[in-house]
Amino acid sequence: MGRYILKRLVSAVPVLLGITVIVFAIMAMIPGDPATAILGSYATPENVEKLNRDLGLDKPAVQRYFIWLWNMVQGDFGRSFSLNRPVLEEVLDRFGATLVLAGTSFVLCSVIGVAAGVVSAARQYGLADKAITFAVLLGISIPSFFLGMMMILIFAVQLRWFPASGMWPIYGDRTLPVLVTHLTMPALALAVVATGVVARLSRSAMLEVLRQDYIRTARAKGVPERGVIWRHALRAAMVSILPVLGIQAGFVLSGAVYIEMVFQWPGVGRMLVDAILKRDILLVQGGVVLVAACYVMFNIVVDVAQSLLDPRIKT
Amino acid sequence: MSTLALLARNRLALAGLIVMGLVVLLALVTPLLPLPDPDVTDTGNRFLPPFSEGALLGTDHLGRDQLSRLLWGTRLSLAVGFAAATIAAVLGAAVGIIAGYYGGRVDNLIMRGVDMLMAFPYILLALAIVAALGPGLLNALIAVAAVNIPFFARNIRGITVGIANREFIDAARLAGMNDARIILSEVLPNVIPVIVIAMSTTVGWMILETAGLSFLGLGSQPPQADLGSMLGEARAALITSPHTSVVPGAMILIIVMAINLLGDGVRDALDPRLRSGALTRPMAATLVRREDPAPEPQGDDVLSLCDLQTQFHVKHRVYRAVGGVSLGVKPGECLGIIGESGSGKSVTALSVMGLVASPPGVITGGAVHYKGEDLVGAPYGRLRDLRGREVAYIFQDPLATLHPLYKVGDQLVEAIRVHHALSDSEARARALGLLRDVRIPNAESRLDSFPHELSGGMRQRVGIAMALANDPEVIIADEPTTALDVTVQAQILSLLDTLRREKGLAIVFITHDFGVVAQLCDRVAVMYAGRIVEEGPTRALLEAPAHPYTRRLIACVPELGEGKRRLHAIPGLPPAVNDLPSGCAFAPRCDKAQPACRQGEIALDAYGPRRLRCLYPETELEGTA
Amino acid sequence: MSLALRLENLSKSFAVGKRLFGAPKGHVHAVHPVTLDVPEGETLGIVGESGCGKSTLARMLVGLLAPSGGHIEIEGQPLDNADPAQFGKRIQYVFQDPISSLNPRKTIRQIMEAPLKRLHGMARAARDKRISEIFAQVNLREEFLERYPHEFSGGQAQRIGIARALAAEARILILDEPVSALDVSVQAQVLNLLADLKARLGLTYLFISHDLAVVEAVSDRVAVLYFGSVVEVGRAEDVFSAPRHPYTKLLADSAPVVGRALSPPESRETELPDPLNPPKGCAFRARCPNAGPRCAEEVPQLEGETGQVACFHPLR
Repeated sequence: MGRYILKRLVSAVPVLLGITVIVFAIMAMIPGDPATAILGSYATPENVEKLNRDLGLDKPAVQRYFIWLWNMVQGDFGRSFSLNRPVLEEVLDRFGATLVLAGTSFVLCSVIGVAAGVVSAARQYGLADKAITFAVLLGISIPSFFLGMMMILIFAVQLRWFPASGMWPIYGDRTLPVLVTHLTMPALALAVVATGVVARLSRSAMLEVLRQDYIRTARAKGVPERGVIWRHALRAAMVSILPVLGIQAGFVLSGAVYIEMVFQWPGVGRMLVDAILKRDILLVQGGVVLVAACYVMFNIVVDVAQSLLDPRIKT
Repeated sequence: MSTLALLARNRLALAGLIVMGLVVLLALVTPLLPLPDPDVTDTGNRFLPPFSEGALLGTDHLGRDQLSRLLWGTRLSLAVGFAAATIAAVLGAAVGIIAGYYGGRVDNLIMRGVDMLMAFPYILLALAIVAALGPGLLNALIAVAAVNIPFFARNIRGITVGIANREFIDAARLAGMNDARIILSEVLPNVIPVIVIAMSTTVGWMILETAGLSFLGLGSQPPQADLGSMLGEARAALITSPHTSVVPGAMILIIVMAINLLGDGVRDALDPRLRSGALTRPMAATLVRREDPAPEPQGDDVLSLCDLQTQFHVKHRVYRAVGGVSLGVKPGECLGIIGESGSGKSVTALSVMGLVASPPGVITGGAVHYKGEDLVGAPYGRLRDLRGREVAYIFQDPLATLHPLYKVGDQLVEAIRVHHALSDSEARARALGLLRDVRIPNAESRLDSFPHELSGGMRQRVGIAMALANDPEVIIADEPTTALDVTVQAQILSLLDTLRREKGLAIVFITHDFGVVAQLCDRVAVMYAGRIVEEGPTRALLEAPAHPYTRRLIACVPELGEGKRRLHAIPGLPPAVNDLPSGCAFAPRCDKAQPACRQGEIALDAYGPRRLRCLYPETELEGTA
Repeated sequence: MSLALRLENLSKSFAVGKRLFGAPKGHVHAVHPVTLDVPEGETLGIVGESGCGKSTLARMLVGLLAPSGGHIEIEGQPLDNADPAQFGKRIQYVFQDPISSLNPRKTIRQIMEAPLKRLHGMARAARDKRISEIFAQVNLREEFLERYPHEFSGGQAQRIGIARALAAEARILILDEPVSALDVSVQAQVLNLLADLKARLGLTYLFISHDLAVVEAVSDRVAVLYFGSVVEVGRAEDVFSAPRHPYTKLLADSAPVVGRALSPPESRETELPDPLNPPKGCAFRARCPNAGPRCAEEVPQLEGETGQVACFHPLR
């Protein structure tokens, strides 16, 4: 197992390099004078010259890439012009907030989604199945940002159950209960779509597995139906559910961008959108690379979990 | 067209289709409607509530007419969403088909690239593209299409690999086609339904994504507005004038929901597995819908079937898979049931313990008596208690019938502990003993093997061990050696024979092979089209078959040691069990059939130890009819 | 008598554990060098259990797999599948799974037309005439032509597969388990049809099957494959009634036969050798009652005049 984890970590290196190449290539699409385009409204002559020197923008693209890569390896992601602070510091500051939000939503969508899918499959065409199927349809059809806005309108403005925005109150203690009240609405709004997708997939994976011969074998042995569903069928269905959970983590992370905008959550998504609108390209580059790298690491965890689940995967 | 008919029959999909049709129609006629210009500001009339004079849905923060903006915005959102979906589907499918068809290094390189793109949470890639190209609706469209290409490519590649390995592709190559022609005329027609399904289930998602980018201010730029940017602009006034948010938000919800309903309908109509209703979950026990009262138990058989009838109800068709079967097996006896595919022999076996998949299976009549107790009418709890403990099964394909993710030992331990309150270590010791009973070498280490680590023969031994786990009285073996090679089959058969003599087991052995029946079974029943046509002691029956079907079926089987020769064949095909002829089901293929054979019910009459369902038998049987 | 097929040291190995760059982790030798001649008009049966390489061998003969070594001659010319429109006219293949070998989205007419159009460049009218002829030969009704493959039973679909192979007008047919997916009553129909066609059209067959009795009933000569090697070749009537290789005898004794008592033909619970790690010497020696020290050292070669056997201690 240790060797497998090591192997997967090593195989992540080309993926990470690929990510930097893709990001670099996309940024190289910016038309016109790169320094002026990157700096946008910050393009004072001094800034342009400094950027040209920092990134060696007069050099050929391949060389520029390696300079950028080498700087990143050393922990230097450049400096944000709009915020006037190092990109790395800013991203790390913001990433914690995003992790709290996206992590909570991910746990919610995994647990609720899989459970709903299993119940739905076990009671196919029953009342529970129909109710869940309808809820899922609603969940995957509603834009998360619209849902968030409506939640603010109802639960914050009308009912005053939860604060309307932010991660912490402006004044007051930063305790867990305070965080939870701030987190509840955004985490739920973010989890809804992913829960729908997970529930839908879990249902069809379970239905597929329940038709397999080994389920009939379990029944022929006299295994009670609850054991058939939760022990035999779910375990086998998890083999196809788990990779989707990995993909859903990416969707939750993506949806976090909208939710952070709606709830004024101080996360990395809002930072990226602001940076794009201000054309702070170095901040965009650094943020994208760092978040993508974390997602790659998360997917390694998913792969390892998959190999623990399925002995047929060669470790 | 059956696909359209299926779509129309699905009420939810139809609702989606109607709503979607209305929305598209509205979007198409928007330029013709007498609406105010959506971009003309009138700051004097800001935030008018809905149903105001001259503004049915009110006005926004710049006093622009909401209804007009909504319709123009819908037009824009739909166009962008569909365009993105089409671009992503076409490019993704092209990449996927090429990777899947050529395989090898081409596939490897393309899929590494796709994996690389999928290593981004999709919005990061979209944001990076928009950051490079600059905010704007067209750029948002490009970004959304680009990030979805990998999803299509991966999906279509998987399907294409499956198709490229099918034999009809090889056949096309031998028919003189080159690669380009094979891709276009053999692969593509099989992939298109999948592309359509993938598109119809993702269009809604694409509309959401473009709306999202616009919501963030990265898509359509003022004064032009799609639904997303309307929502984004309204956000500042969410609390004071919620209607400016609710109107575009609700429109997105309606559109996406209608598309998703329609998409599900399209998927259900195009997916052949769903079309046949196959993707249903078999219930814990077969449905029982018995019209007539259960027959009383008779005789001293440990297990007896009395006029058992099992049907499959698929849509409006009724397949009479088992059309009234009566059989019995005594303790220590081995009864063979022989028949061709579709004769109902396996369904008969599975009906005993309610293991026929249901839906679509239904037991519609007769009884199964185990030691005098009717199992067909038994509650699920009782049936479950008897399964594996008193009546155990051995199935055909041991790779498919063992759980792939649990160790062999754990599966045996479970079989034991379902019925006996043993500790884990006691059960494990017993499992080890079982593996030794079925002559598995290195039994100790095999306990911790997974099924895929064993050979076919070893897996079937595990299957037998599992059946023996609770010392059952009866074992029902459903073609247990069909999937095995002859040399392995010989080993397994002799093992079963030894075990049954050692343990005094009653065995019901389902097979299509006369050689196997002759070697293993004391008695044999021949099935044709869901009914028994002949039954008797194995030797007597094989030496002097009385039913024309039995005689001719035996003649069809080539026997080793007779050299090159012409074989006997039975012309025609067995009848479909949803369309059985009246009278004898074999009459249309029988050279001895008379008009009487085609009328009315022909009874299974007893002649001493033998039973026969035929008016003009091959040999006269002794005993009273 | 001229040769229809000539295989010389034909072998195939598959790479296992492929990587994007660099050498694979290992090789599985699916077919060890095989040398066989098939005279024109003969039916050569190839028999063996799963994993013995019989299908790999067949797919090499029709150019669907590239051999790793050796070469193939078809009617005196080396196999050359560079131009699919020429190659298909020389040799054809009938598949094991009759339904899967027909494209589910094409009508039978479209399927039948492909070889006529691509291989023979026939015009529409000529194609229709030829299809009628072929369908008459295989006892299929012409009304089937407008239907789709899923509407047919296995036996009918296999007739269509045979009809398609005939349309190419190749004189050599490779039949890869053509009846193993069929029920016995239908199996006999198809086997008899194959025999009739061969007599009428002067075809040469390579008939592959795992069923000894079927192979014996249709073949002139039989080759027995074990673990990728031919272990015995001989006349059909001799091979199973008087086997010379111990493996052939084991096969013959294992087939369940009416009237023979049930006894395990092998005393030990044995398995095939690991293909990734093949044993030295004779591959059968671990299961062989006659194995001697030489069997562990050398690989026996196929030897003999009328019947050939690859064994140091043949039974006869």
